[in-house]
Amino acid sequence: MMAVPTILRERTPQLIVLAVILALNAIISPGFFSIEIQNGRLYGSLIDVLNRGAPVTLLAIGMTLVIATKGIDLSVGAVMAIVGAVAASLITSGYSLPATLAGALFVGLICGLWNGALVALLDIQPIIATLILMVAGRGIAQLITAGVILTFNDKPELIFVGSGSFLTLPMPVIIWIVIAILAILVVRRSALGLLIEAIGVNRRASTLSGVNSRVILLAVYAVSGLCAAVAGVIAAADIKGADANNAGLWLEMDAILAVVIGGTSLLGGRFSLVGSLMGAMIIQSLNTGILLAGFPPEFNLIIKAAIILIILVVQSPASQTAMANFRASRHAVAVKTESREHAAR
Amino acid sequence: MRTFKLLAATAFATALTVSSAFALTVGFSQIGSESGWRAAETSVTKMEAQKRGIDLKFADAQQKQENQIKAVRSFIAQGVDAILIAPVVATGWDAVLKEAKEANIPVILLDRQIDAPDDLYLTAVTSDQVHEGKVAGDWLVKTVGDKPCNIVELQGTTGSSPAINRKKGFEEAIAGHDNLKIIRSQTGDFTRTKGKEVAESFLKAENGGKNICALYAHNDDMAVGAIQAIKEAGLQPGKDILVVSIDAVPDIFQAFVAGEANATVELTPNMAGPAFDALDAYLKDKKEPAKWIQTESKLYTPADDPQKVYDEKKGLGY
Repeated sequence: MMAVPTILRERTPQLIVLAVILALNAIISPGFFSIEIQNGRLYGSLIDVLNRGAPVTLLAIGMTLVIATKGIDLSVGAVMAIVGAVAASLITSGYSLPATLAGALFVGLICGLWNGALVALLDIQPIIATLILMVAGRGIAQLITAGVILTFNDKPELIFVGSGSFLTLPMPVIIWIVIAILAILVVRRSALGLLIEAIGVNRRASTLSGVNSRVILLAVYAVSGLCAAVAGVIAAADIKGADANNAGLWLEMDAILAVVIGGTSLLGGRFSLVGSLMGAMIIQSLNTGILLAGFPPEFNLIIKAAIILIILVVQSPASQTAMANFRASRHAVAVKTESREHAAR
Repeated sequence: MRTFKLLAATAFATALTVSSAFALTVGFSQIGSESGWRAAETSVTKMEAQKRGIDLKFADAQQKQENQIKAVRSFIAQGVDAILIAPVVATGWDAVLKEAKEANIPVILLDRQIDAPDDLYLTAVTSDQVHEGKVAGDWLVKTVGDKPCNIVELQGTTGSSPAINRKKGFEEAIAGHDNLKIIRSQTGDFTRTKGKEVAESFLKAENGGKNICALYAHNDDMAVGAIQAIKEAGLQPGKDILVVSIDAVPDIFQAFVAGEANATVELTPNMAGPAFDALDAYLKDKKEPAKWIQTESKLYTPADDPQKVYDEKKGLGY
């Protein structure tokens, strides 16, 4: 019973930021919170935030685990493109939906294991190891699609994954929530989360104390690849086609940003999946708000950068210390007044 | 009998050599194959060359200018009759173009202009992007008539020249028609995903789309994304909201067939046809072409047998 509130209480700064941005959105666009049912599914800006945020949220889940081991995965955007291309070409060659999804996830897993092998077995620095696939990935995806946007307008079963709905909720929302809950349960209800953090703090020490760091490193990169695969399938299904040039473009940066806003340090160690999910939602609320605001597009990136700068400054260790000092001094004053009152009595 | 056959074969072979001695050899330095349109341009260029009996030497630069310069140098060394370049960037061409000029080989630019003195090349064959926007705008002005019409615009990548020019041309076309008004304009980065996401926000912000009469997208891909968003909002694209875009890629013709889009302006992949015509006139009659040959920006609507156009275009490698 207490588990959920504690998780949220730890994330108070993120909750406040999210609330502030959502409130700003509501001021910009009065109908922001209104949700109605359209064609048997929930329809409204808030649903758009949840729905459009699906790819970054999924990437952020894998990215959090990788970053917790003091790593980074730059290849996730490119993996999305590869997996989208694989899914589109499988379904258009006549494979069934289960076979297509299995094939797509398998390719994502292979991509993740490739990164994991470079990092865990060959000890290549993660930023370089995953840069290889980031650069090569779009080329691979283009080879698979033969340089065109591979469309599957006549495959409703795969399109359903991207734009269908179940119990009035859009499929991408259901998928990311289920995967997020699974991930949180697996890492927090077992020792796995602790082992991941241990590797992030000191890989050598944790290996010496009996943690099989190679297997765990391989596993986190594999999970990151799988998450990217799910995101890739959703992105392709959403537009009924695999766009090798643009699918997941720059999303690795949004995913890293989501993790950082969520309070996980790039230096590894302590991590928070709930924080990363909130980070992803903060980024998407920001994107949706900017689109609703109707500013000229030249301002999009400036506004986004400015708001993210404010968030990061507020979260920075320096301002956290300043805030703690402020609170402590007020507390001290309060204590002093109290003791004076005591003395007076 | 055998002698006769041999003789015939020799005669045939001689005829072939003679004809190929008269045929032109043209080198073509293509940027790469980064988009479907680029692939279509390559295959149309090859087809146009074949049609005219031109021996086309093709070089793919994989998005790198240094590869293009190398290719042009090798064309000069091979002594080709003319060189086509689809330049990847606008600057840095002076030196290699001078080499071609000294070797007396005419150079024709395809699809993009460059920053170089215009005596260094014969002509440039490109579309007029401002005109493309204007054709789209004129269509909307004519279709809407006197009725009031709120337009939402999906721009290309912010700051890119097609985005700037296609916006400008469209605005020129609707200027002076006070019943047409652009109420929202946002970038969709020329992609389907962003086109869909931005269209969703347009629909939310404009009373579920009821305030919107037409959507203008700077390319077809964004329009295809927007069409899906309009459908998911419970409206009928093509009827409740008119959809007009630019490029004429095959998928927009599928939308025409489904009655979900209303017009598109073609960015023709056939830049080589006019180039070869100009080259022919220049080599045969010494006729200097104008420094800029503008390709036709043809308007397509669902009345143009979209299924047939789709099948034709699909074969070009889009």
